[in-house]
Amino acid sequence: MSGSNPALAEQYDYEIIKKFSIMSIVWAVVGMSVGVYIASELTWPFLNFDIPYITFGRFRPVHTSAVIFGFGGSALFATSYYVVQRTCQTRLWGGGLIPFTFWGWQAVIVLAAISYVLGYSQGREYAEMEWPIDLLIEVIWVSYLAIFVGTLMKRKQPHIYVANWFYLAFILATALLHTFNNLAVPIGLFSMKSYSLFSGAQDAMVQWWYGHNAVGFFLTAAFLGMMYYFVPKHAGRPVYSYRLSIVHFWALSFMYMWVGTHHLHWTALPDWASTLGATFSIMLLLPSWGGMINGIMTLSGAWDRLRTDYVMRFMIVALSFYGMSTFEGPLMALKDVNALSHYTDWTVGHVHSGALGWVAMISFGSLYHMIPKLWNTKLWSEKLVGIHFWLATIGVLLYITAMWISGISQGLMWRAFDDYGNLQYSFVESVAAMHPFYMMRAIGGMFFLTGMCIMAFNIFKTIRQGVHQANVAGQTAVAAA
Amino acid sequence: MLKNLKHEILETNVGVLLVGTMIAISIGGLVEIAPLFLIKDTVENVDGVRPYTPLELRGRDIYVREGCYLCHSQMIRPFRDEQLRYGHYSLAAESKYDHPFQWGSKRTGPDLARVGGKYSNEWHVQHLTAPRSVVPESVMPNYPWLLTTPLDYSDVEDRMRALRTTGVPYSTSQEEYQKNVKAFGEATAKMLDISHAQQNLIAQAESGNYDGDRSSISEMDALVAYLQVLGTMVDFSKIKPEDLVKYR
Repeated sequence: MSGSNPALAEQYDYEIIKKFSIMSIVWAVVGMSVGVYIASELTWPFLNFDIPYITFGRFRPVHTSAVIFGFGGSALFATSYYVVQRTCQTRLWGGGLIPFTFWGWQAVIVLAAISYVLGYSQGREYAEMEWPIDLLIEVIWVSYLAIFVGTLMKRKQPHIYVANWFYLAFILATALLHTFNNLAVPIGLFSMKSYSLFSGAQDAMVQWWYGHNAVGFFLTAAFLGMMYYFVPKHAGRPVYSYRLSIVHFWALSFMYMWVGTHHLHWTALPDWASTLGATFSIMLLLPSWGGMINGIMTLSGAWDRLRTDYVMRFMIVALSFYGMSTFEGPLMALKDVNALSHYTDWTVGHVHSGALGWVAMISFGSLYHMIPKLWNTKLWSEKLVGIHFWLATIGVLLYITAMWISGISQGLMWRAFDDYGNLQYSFVESVAAMHPFYMMRAIGGMFFLTGMCIMAFNIFKTIRQGVHQANVAGQTAVAAA
Repeated sequence: MLKNLKHEILETNVGVLLVGTMIAISIGGLVEIAPLFLIKDTVENVDGVRPYTPLELRGRDIYVREGCYLCHSQMIRPFRDEQLRYGHYSLAAESKYDHPFQWGSKRTGPDLARVGGKYSNEWHVQHLTAPRSVVPESVMPNYPWLLTTPLDYSDVEDRMRALRTTGVPYSTSQEEYQKNVKAFGEATAKMLDISHAQQNLIAQAESGNYDGDRSSISEMDALVAYLQVLGTMVDFSKIKPEDLVKYR
């Protein structure tokens, strides 16, 4: 692809970043479309159409994998490769490993989606991929670690910039979690099917150690790496506090790994384990908010940018949602709150306030900042960024409000007793009561998806414009010579 | 001494940063996971819990395949409302042969940990084929293909062998069989014998007649057989509540 600043293109490997950026947007559109579809299935069940491949149970992992690993993962590959090169002032190390991480990772998402609709699933949330795909991920991930560390080692700066610490922690933690959570015995060398090595309570512990740290490292630490580079860069100001970033990093890395058991309160997991999880969840509020404050305060002295700069707005609203969901999380990790919130839509709302509000929005901001630089041009339309911003914000708010109401209603209806001490509601009455909120959630999702499609269009136009400008510049140069 | 230990060391050495981070992220998991394998009281010592029969196992595979766990939990919490709605709270022992566990995290539909025996086979078949024909407000998808798809049990021995590798006591030798007789009684021990898996599967499907059609074995047979055994293995009338308290 042409369009880059030739001098920079020589200094840095931009090709790989361009590829991952484009696929990140493609997977966002695909994953969010599936999300809107499955939300609609819960509202209007006829949409399952009696077709096995698209029933909610098989389609839901397609949604989660496409948005987490497809959209989020590709955005992380793109930005980490960008940040590590820019802050180390060196080209990526790794040669053939670099394109392998791209094609391998895309293959993983495609294979995962195909295998889910065909009914291959490990039955572990966010880790549904069966063993052959898990092995492929393992190889890609080790290559990714090698590339990242290799590049850090040949840096031209003495210091490793803070964003890279977070990316490194994300890569290491994901390797650790992925490896242990996917230990399984296949039923044959030529069969996709396997059974997990652990069972029952131990298996639940391992899965939620993985599950919550997929949130903690894949969806948080890594995106904090993104935040620590793109927020200061876009604001044109240094990170608010260097000390705070050190405390933020170590406290977050250490504490997150303890909190997974808050998904298992009141279950058959021993009480000591879930109590530990609750305790660390509450303590985690401190580093989380430290990081949020560090991000937001980076803007001090440039607050006026928020009036005119929608890319900046994406970043700051992302940080606000980060602050909100990292407050809500510890709250829900309290055993008494969890007794009400667990098994309900409140959890789903909480995940999405983090995933849409924080992860997606900080990615949008970063991609809007980075993509024009990759193609050495300007955004095709600032106005469309503004429209995207409002659609996304309204979409998230509709979504999480719907899930708060439905989640808390479910929790209260399930535990309501009548005057004679009998259960007041049958289960299905709670299902029926959710209908309007499921509709509201689907509409919220549609808002968010529409904004995403506008972004895809805007980025498409931006890239075309960049390529065109480069061609014109090239021709002028030829004509002059 | 401490004054010389500056954070700068970590920031300027990739190796040190890498090792430091690895230590920071490893401790939590180690402290929470390792003891669960070492502390004996993690899984209660109760009678009755046995591995799934070949037919139930295939039913469980279908449960996992269709992603039922995304809307149904199998974990009853120790609250009065859950006791009234679903029954006795779930024990760790009840899922000790569950690879993977299917406790779930969401109740878009009700908990299924003790659904076994609550409804008739006919009800399950009707409900799985067309949920809204028995529960009008339900949002569950129809699963009509379960009734029309013949159950593939050609590799059921492979499945049992894989599970045996993970520690489920399916037997391959006379010695293991005798051990199962002691632990679960003769009738169950026969069901856990891998060499007779297909025979046992066919026999259970025919005698159980889960899908209402004895002439062929459908996926519905297997899934209903699995649902009907859920939560029925432990006889709680024989257990005193105070015996369970020490495990919590």
